[in-house]
Amino acid sequence: MSKDFLLEIGLEEMPAKYITASVKQLQERIEKWLAENDLEYKTTEVYSSPRRLSVIVKDLAEKQADRVEESKGPAKKIAKDADGNWSKAAQGFARGQGVDPETLEFREINGVEYIYLEKEVKGAATMDLLPEMRQIITSMTFPVSMHWADYDLKYIRPIKWLIALFGDQVIPFEITNVATGNETRGHRFLGGSVTITNPADYEETLLSQFVVADASKRKAAIVSQIEEIEAVENWKIPVDAGLLEEVNNLVEYPTVLHATFDEAYLELPEEVLITTMKEHQRYFPVVDEAGKLRPYFITVRNGNHEHLETVAKGNEKVLRARLSDADFFYQEDLKITIDEAVAKLNNIVFHEKLGTLTEKMIRVKKVALIIAEQLNMTDAQKGKIARAVDIYKFDLVTNLVGEFPELQGIMGEKYALLQGEDAEVATAIREHYMPTSADGELPQSDIGALLAVADKLETLTGFFCVNIVPTGSADPFSLRRSALGIMRIIQAKNWDIRLLSVLADTVEIERAEGLNTIPSEEVFEQVELFLQNRLRAILSDQQIRHDIIDAVVKAGSNVVPELIERAELLNKNRDAEWFRPTMEALARVVNISKKHQGNVTIDPGLFENESEQQLFDAVQKLKKEYPTLIIVDRLRAFAALRTAIDAYFENTLVMSDDEAVRNNRLALLFELASFIKEFAQIEEINVK
Amino acid sequence: MNLQTMIRTLQDYWSEQGCIMLQSYDVEKGAGTMSPYTFLKAIGPEPWKAGYVEPSRRPADGRYGENPNRLFQHHQFQVVMKPSPDNIQELYLGSLEKLGINALEHDIRFVEDNWENPSLGCAGLGWEVWLDGMEITQFTYFQQVGGLECSPVTSEITYGLERLASYIQEKENVFDLEWTEGISYRDIFYQAEYENSKYAFETSNGDMLLSLFDTYEREAGRQMEEGLVFPAYDYVLKCSHTFNLLDAKGVVSVTERAQYIARIRNLARRIAKTFYNEREKLGFPLMKNKEGADHE
Repeated sequence: MSKDFLLEIGLEEMPAKYITASVKQLQERIEKWLAENDLEYKTTEVYSSPRRLSVIVKDLAEKQADRVEESKGPAKKIAKDADGNWSKAAQGFARGQGVDPETLEFREINGVEYIYLEKEVKGAATMDLLPEMRQIITSMTFPVSMHWADYDLKYIRPIKWLIALFGDQVIPFEITNVATGNETRGHRFLGGSVTITNPADYEETLLSQFVVADASKRKAAIVSQIEEIEAVENWKIPVDAGLLEEVNNLVEYPTVLHATFDEAYLELPEEVLITTMKEHQRYFPVVDEAGKLRPYFITVRNGNHEHLETVAKGNEKVLRARLSDADFFYQEDLKITIDEAVAKLNNIVFHEKLGTLTEKMIRVKKVALIIAEQLNMTDAQKGKIARAVDIYKFDLVTNLVGEFPELQGIMGEKYALLQGEDAEVATAIREHYMPTSADGELPQSDIGALLAVADKLETLTGFFCVNIVPTGSADPFSLRRSALGIMRIIQAKNWDIRLLSVLADTVEIERAEGLNTIPSEEVFEQVELFLQNRLRAILSDQQIRHDIIDAVVKAGSNVVPELIERAELLNKNRDAEWFRPTMEALARVVNISKKHQGNVTIDPGLFENESEQQLFDAVQKLKKEYPTLIIVDRLRAFAALRTAIDAYFENTLVMSDDEAVRNNRLALLFELASFIKEFAQIEEINVK
Repeated sequence: MNLQTMIRTLQDYWSEQGCIMLQSYDVEKGAGTMSPYTFLKAIGPEPWKAGYVEPSRRPADGRYGENPNRLFQHHQFQVVMKPSPDNIQELYLGSLEKLGINALEHDIRFVEDNWENPSLGCAGLGWEVWLDGMEITQFTYFQQVGGLECSPVTSEITYGLERLASYIQEKENVFDLEWTEGISYRDIFYQAEYENSKYAFETSNGDMLLSLFDTYEREAGRQMEEGLVFPAYDYVLKCSHTFNLLDAKGVVSVTERAQYIARIRNLARRIAKTFYNEREKLGFPLMKNKEGADHE
């Protein structure tokens, strides 16, 4: 026999962003508990709203299945004494199992006889187990939780009511003075308290009280109402998935409405309007066919269709106040020149130990020009870079960025264009913040990418110089993200820069500014390792095998795209038939070459067999061609050497007793190994 | 409903809920939370229920009376209840009804808003309450005050009176609000807004303010050493307001700014501890049930 079980946690309004994950967590905990308790059921269903997290277990068995428990006792020779009576050990075992010793039997296991007991255990009644839901509820964890009144429990928000209903029976327990019952609460204003007589009626009963409890149905209702408005008004309303999810978790009974704002505000930069509407008010902006903003917005009310005009009017009033603020700030910002704004950066501290933004910008400028030099940029480009680096933080002192920090860079680009700055310079101001997340968008323009790398590298090195380094759990200045950004940009741009030499220069630039907490070499090594680890993460994301990543990264090349290409190439070929014997042959060369000491010129006159001569010829050819070969051809060249190497080892005893011959041979292998080692640390690659 | 009636309505309503109605505390402050009726009373095990109107001065928000939404000084209606009642949200919604706001005709929502006041070492969780998209109230469960964990927890309700009135009276400009019949907000406050803005941004004496800050800070410390919490706290409030004036004037750099905030925070933390100790010495006199005195 089975019945449905309903668990509902009624709460004060939860933070919208944690609702979906929280109800999933509740479902997982309940399913795990059901499995651990051997309770049969059909499915679990979840419901959630700002004020409730609920799970229904469909067709939950009324009791655990009866089961046979088997247990092994002491061996026969311990269980019976010389007279054949049960020993203390056996009696103890029987007592522990709650059976009469006379019923004990033996069974042979691996040739030895043991007491063996099969016991029928009656399954417990589900009713008696369900009070454990109390622990399920109280053990939930949340990103943010709180205390209230004088209770000890820390929870996402105060608990207001609890339903634990199995069939038509309430499972009794209590949390923070709230006892379980079968009464739920409807919409705060439109609905009332209502009794759930059977879990199967849950959704429908709540709907009668103006709560759409199924979050996916609620979301679908919002989308279809938005589409209706699109059709009637002939607008386009792009539905941002993140905003939809948030709005959906702010309402129990969604009614979509539209309202308007003064067309004059369309003069404000689009980003300001969109940020105000989306971030601050959770409105969906309206656009025309061409994607241009129109003076309308969509909001989702937590309620029904009554008095929509009042709600629309109120929302218009709020937006008007916000836009008039934004407009005031915008007009104020237009009054100051970029150079005036730049001058104020002197008053803004980047970090206590790293000085003002002005000081930072001076350092970044030097780094940027070093990179530009390595990239062989033209004088025209260098001129733009210099201008960009001189001003790129100026928007941080503008009023609008003060009010909307999320618009940093974006406003910089706008204002720069308005004041007649070069378009590439303006774009670079916006792009230098990119990427803003681990997989965030990368800067597109060359100058933007360069500024982004220079800014991040300077930040990274600066913090390491004053010994502020990320720990396992804390990375308050997002240095990992900066380092990953550097590597991603260089990869995407395919930049042929010697990163380690740029890094060494950057360390010197920081020192010259007096950032001297720890020694230069230490900073260099730490940042190198830090960057390497981000590179490993990038390669690992590309599903490249770890031994290959190790082999390439440890080879220590500092031209990033080349390094990545090598890793990709090795990884791609790792299952080819030639791969293993080639790697083995190359590893053999590298290993023996380690015995080479000093500087011996190879003397072909000392060769004793044909194989030596052939390998020598092959190496001389490689030496000549190698610098001109692209990476894939370098690997091909190594593969082509395999026959010669194998033949060499077959016919040659490298460690000859004759010292001159031995050194001559080692010198040849050493020369070959130097090419191999530059390509990858071959011996790291697992070919077993 | 004019502002005067709104205030009276809220006072009557919260009196009926058992709150003591107090007059605003007579030292300048940036928010109702800073009143000793909230800050100090949220500390320790003693129960407390109170309400008061608090003029809140925010020098940097001064706009010479030109901006329809921003003010040098606005008014908050503050309700604090400790321990937070289980039906506090319902009580709050009841107060809106008394102000003539029919929930069925509007869109009222509780939107997550976690509050922090770094200069007082306070943190809380709660919501901003939205009325048709406008934030009219901050609703906070204090978790930490003056660096001390709160137990029991105080619930704080802060109504932004001007905002709420501009909604109720359907006015676009705060200066057009009716304070009482025939008297507008402009009549009472416009000149002060203009003059205080001019003072904060232009004519205030930065050097004097800097030295006042140091003086107030020293005096707060000295009184704390005497175990005199209330006089000491008045000087902490004065430090805070003086700092806000300095900030508006733009004479503190960003680093100095952080340092000033840290200095105020240190004082607030010391005050909180001193207050707790002094109340403990007195045996937590507001406790009806003395056993609970060992709670913290």
